[in-house]
Amino acid sequence: MARSIKKGPYVASHLEKKVLAINEGKNKKTVIKTWSRRSTVTPDFVGHTFAVHNGNKFIPVYITEFMVGHKLGEFAPTRQFKGHSSKKIAEG
Amino acid sequence: MARIAGVDLPKNKRGEIGLTYIFGIGPSTARYILDKNNISRDKKVNDWNDEDLNAIRNTITEEFKVEGQLRSEVQMSIKRLLDIACYRGMRHRKGLPVRGQRTRTNSRTRKGKRKTVAGKKKAPKK
Repeated sequence: MARSIKKGPYVASHLEKKVLAINEGKNKKTVIKTWSRRSTVTPDFVGHTFAVHNGNKFIPVYITEFMVGHKLGEFAPTRQFKGHSSKKIAEG
Repeated sequence: MARIAGVDLPKNKRGEIGLTYIFGIGPSTARYILDKNNISRDKKVNDWNDEDLNAIRNTITEEFKVEGQLRSEVQMSIKRLLDIACYRGMRHRKGLPVRGQRTRTNSRTRKGKRKTVAGKKKAPKK
């Protein structure tokens, strides 16, 4: 079920605080490391780079305006598909 | 012969059904259009007079996105997903189901015909 509009988009409070703090200053280059994959991308995020955790390492994600409304986790895939083995000979 | 939005409508069907031959108009929109213009839903496409036709055309151009325009809008939305490299975009790129369905079996619509993997043995008998 979709989230209630009354509540507004979910953004982890610590993340929001950080972003707003950086927006105050002029240096937007700082990479924000985050585990909060469930946070929604708000218009404040545009232009920032996030290092989003995928369970193993941090994936750098540069936020453009088209990404608003998606969650951070959508941009850091958690599964790595290496393909099926081409020849599978009898196993033990 | 009724021609709306670049599509020939079938002559011998009821208006309610005939309108759904236009891409972007389903049963409920078709009913809405006819009701709005006070045309009986049961009236055959053949029996529409010019007045009816014009009324229908106007409603469609004013209120709905149909055919080519709608198709390109859908394409644009998919392209947006591809460009921002999000999860849904990647599923589109790989031709796999986008909305979290299982892929161990089924999902043949997205994956296409079965591709048999050579050398895959059946479970050993015991």
